[in-house]
Amino acid sequence: MLRDVTTPLPPKEIGVNPQASVPTMSEPIVNDFSIMVATKNGSGSQTANLALLRALFKMGIPVSGKNVFPSNIQGRPTWYFIRVSKDGYIARRDTTEIVVSLNPESALEDHAAVAPGGVFIYADDIGLPIQRNDIHYYAIPVKELARAHESDPKLRTYVANMVYVGALCYLLGIDVDEVEAALKYHFKGKPKPVESNMRVVRAALAWASEHLIKTDPYRVERMDKTKGLILIDGNTAAALGAIYGGVTFVAWYPITPATSLADALYQYLPKLRLDPETKRPTYAIVQAEDELAALGMVMGAGWAGARAMTSTSGPGISLMAEFAGLGFFAEIPAVIWDVQRVGPATGLPTRTSQGDILKVHYLGHGDAKHPVLLPGNVAECFEFGWRAFDLAERLQTPIFVLSDLDLGMNQWMSPPFEYPDQPMDRGKVLTEEQVNASKGFARYKDVDGDGIGWRTLPGNQSPFAAYFTRGSGHNERALLSERPEDWENNMLRLQRKFETARKLMPRPVVELDPEAEVGIIGFGSTDPAIQEARDLLRQQGVLTSYLRLRALPMNEDTTLFLAAHKRIYVVEVNAEGQLAQLVQLHAPHDAAKVRSIHKLDGLPLSARWISEAILYQETYKREG
Amino acid sequence: MATATITTNGGNGATTKPAPVRAAALNSIGLSKLDYKGLESTLCNGCGHDSISSQIITACYELGLKPENIVKFSGIGCSSKSPAYFLSRSFGFNALHGRMPSVAQGALLANHKLIGLGVSGDGDTGSIGIGQFLHVIRRNLRMVYIIENNGVYGLTKGQFSATADLGQELKHAGVNEFPPLDLCHLAIVAGAGFVARSFAGDPKQVVELLKAAFSFRGTAVIDIISPCVTFNNHEDSTKSYSWGKSHDERINDFGFIMAQEEIRVEYEPGEVKEVEMFDGSKIVLKKLDGSHDPTDKEAALRLLMEAHDKQLFITGLIYINGERPNLAETFRLGDTPLAYLPESKLRPPRESLEGIMRAMM
Ligand SMILES: Cc1ncc(C[n+]2csc(CCOP(=O)(O)OP(=O)(O)O)c2C)c(N)n1
Ligand code: SF4
Ligand SMILES: [Mg+2]
Repeated sequence: MLRDVTTPLPPKEIGVNPQASVPTMSEPIVNDFSIMVATKNGSGSQTANLALLRALFKMGIPVSGKNVFPSNIQGRPTWYFIRVSKDGYIARRDTTEIVVSLNPESALEDHAAVAPGGVFIYADDIGLPIQRNDIHYYAIPVKELARAHESDPKLRTYVANMVYVGALCYLLGIDVDEVEAALKYHFKGKPKPVESNMRVVRAALAWASEHLIKTDPYRVERMDKTKGLILIDGNTAAALGAIYGGVTFVAWYPITPATSLADALYQYLPKLRLDPETKRPTYAIVQAEDELAALGMVMGAGWAGARAMTSTSGPGISLMAEFAGLGFFAEIPAVIWDVQRVGPATGLPTRTSQGDILKVHYLGHGDAKHPVLLPGNVAECFEFGWRAFDLAERLQTPIFVLSDLDLGMNQWMSPPFEYPDQPMDRGKVLTEEQVNASKGFARYKDVDGDGIGWRTLPGNQSPFAAYFTRGSGHNERALLSERPEDWENNMLRLQRKFETARKLMPRPVVELDPEAEVGIIGFGSTDPAIQEARDLLRQQGVLTSYLRLRALPMNEDTTLFLAAHKRIYVVEVNAEGQLAQLVQLHAPHDAAKVRSIHKLDGLPLSARWISEAILYQETYKREG
Repeated sequence: MATATITTNGGNGATTKPAPVRAAALNSIGLSKLDYKGLESTLCNGCGHDSISSQIITACYELGLKPENIVKFSGIGCSSKSPAYFLSRSFGFNALHGRMPSVAQGALLANHKLIGLGVSGDGDTGSIGIGQFLHVIRRNLRMVYIIENNGVYGLTKGQFSATADLGQELKHAGVNEFPPLDLCHLAIVAGAGFVARSFAGDPKQVVELLKAAFSFRGTAVIDIISPCVTFNNHEDSTKSYSWGKSHDERINDFGFIMAQEEIRVEYEPGEVKEVEMFDGSKIVLKKLDGSHDPTDKEAALRLLMEAHDKQLFITGLIYINGERPNLAETFRLGDTPLAYLPESKLRPPRESLEGIMRAMM
């Protein structure tokens, strides 16, 4: 009805319905909506999307950005979701009010995805065959604008993405100076790319303000809710954590979504970790021939006294199984990051999952098991990045850190990371003098009753320091033994050590509602969705308590949490509820209370899905 | 004349005189041979691997290496068990089957001041571990890499390994239908700068090669035919003692001269070739038939291919070239091993983190 004449109509051939009614301008909707940008991968849209995200963030508005991309290098549909939330909700939403459509291949789907009353901003050559009467349309001459403002044809496809940034600046009221600041951050201060991109942003903004008349209600306004916060991805956070944790050895093999963790190590290590006097590196980083070799190198390095780590994803974890078992049994410190993706097999390599939790907890054959850190946000990626080394060296065992694609590769707001609040814990290591003074060094003797023996490092000059590390059965003195009692004693000591781990691993974060019958347990990147779901449930009259696990093995906190609630919903992103099974094993007497809320479709969970799944059970299945 | 530490590999064409016996039989760092011993071997009586263990002890003793500065690595197999039977005062890591090279790389990067000694088998290296074998060579980790090659899997009772001869027959395994891999050939192709072949039945040659290998800049590969008396020692097996003894063709004789020794060697000009090693020591090579020049890579490859085709058992130093930097050099590691750096060198200052955080706001 009120389509403005200056708004270009969708192309003729799509058969515009003359009766189509466009929603009238309603009350402005400020800082509370989602944007979906649909492009082709490899077209450079990531720069534009990150610039948009950071510009909004710099305007003080809480945001989150999620990249849903294909396993492909160029030309396949890719989507970027930006959620703008004045209330600070940063989980993925199921609905999108504003869709920017630049990819003809996915245009139909993207068009259908616009929420009623929403906005469809599209490249004017996209050739959309239908039209809806419940949304607003803005067509943009993307190619023309790019051609007019970028003379280099090679760069045109890239800067074309800046056209929608400029258009959104006009339509939503994004401060164009903040876009510039964001681009400066992105290009690390290099003026040339900032200039060429900004030229297009400003041209598109000028074009839009001249040719488009805004009919939709969505807009942004400055706030101060991101003041003092940073915006960062989990993999960079993890790499920084490792660097401040004194990592000295890294071996890795490329795999999405873990590669950017190694990339960040390559980026920051030379800046932060050259010896100030000699200018030589205080680290070594090796791109191994495969993940098996990567963990082998980490084992050798950890054994020899380095702070050694690797990062990988599911398929790499599979290759690491034998070494993980050796690490457990030969008691070798190591840190293994698993940035999870969807499996089994190659699965959906560019989509997120929490499907490795059982696998890493028990990786290796026989009775191997491992402590696992479960960072739930980027600040914990940083913290566990350094803490993992302390735990690995204290416990003399491989420590797994379970991140995922959503946490690792997407941008998250966070308070600035806190500098480690304690000196490094290098664990129980005997010096030459200590070995000489001791009455016979026995590597695997439980001197302190915590299951952890004292170790010596190669290079120790005492003639009594050496021992032979092996995966085969051994006694306290590290000598080969096949005696049944030696095997049993050693495994009993390893169990005591695991109990020590239970005490040393970070405790869960618990939010108790004294009136709640319902408890929710989750871990990792689902935290924002669970938090928001709790608010939605409260609005429906369902009060909940929440326990976010930060490590395995679980401890008393989880036992008590289970005891204190009637029904426990364990929320996770995998196909059969792996954590739910672990929770039941942890507290068998309360196992019947445990209900699994799981979903795996490659996307991060939404708050609405979680709340509806729980509400359904609370409404229809309250009794077991 | 040459000084005490110059030894030779046998009677033929010796370039030096044998060491005079020292009173207390102590080496240059005051240790006796006992200080280099290990636990009693549990291998079969007469196993070639035990002979190699003895030569390792002799070489380290004669070189005056401090046991505490040596680290032993191995995979899985009878051969890989053997590091328990020498150098008890050295740290050792008995890793996984075929994965010794990766563990050695990690450990020797964590502490590049240590002397690496890896012991593997033909199954451990040639089958399950072929990838790691080639990659450690490619990166040129400084270590001695011994393959105790018996053409079978000893520990799992006599299956064919990847170095077994085509058409060979074994009691349990039947007939081998696939051609052998030549690990020396592969090592050169992967970039190894020290490649030798020897025979466990020729202890003196093994000792000399080991000594030279310890002085090499990068990965030094020695493929030692080491008969398995239990599963592969019948007369027509090319991995048997009798075959080795009757077919061993030395391609060169040489003496190893330690860096710190005053050297005066007498030899006819043109008859020998000197190769300077990484630590300043020297190998004095005496050509036997004047044909093979081990500094010539193409010649080395040709020699191996010919020997492979004609089933000749050539032993000696096949190829040497110390030009390539080793892995620790490539990584520009400093004087203090990574494993021994103090916290002050490892945790960047607080302000640096604050700076990074500010930029991300
Ligand atoms: C992953 C794995 N697969 C199989 C084995 C069983 N295994 C032990 S030793 C060995 C072969 C060893 O052969 P080789 O390296 O030639 O050593 P040898 O015993 O002949 O000295 C095998 C297959 C193992 N230990 N690990
Ligand atoms: S089985 Fe063969 S390789 Fe193993 S110890 Fe006996 S002789 Fe040696
Ligand atoms: Mg063998």
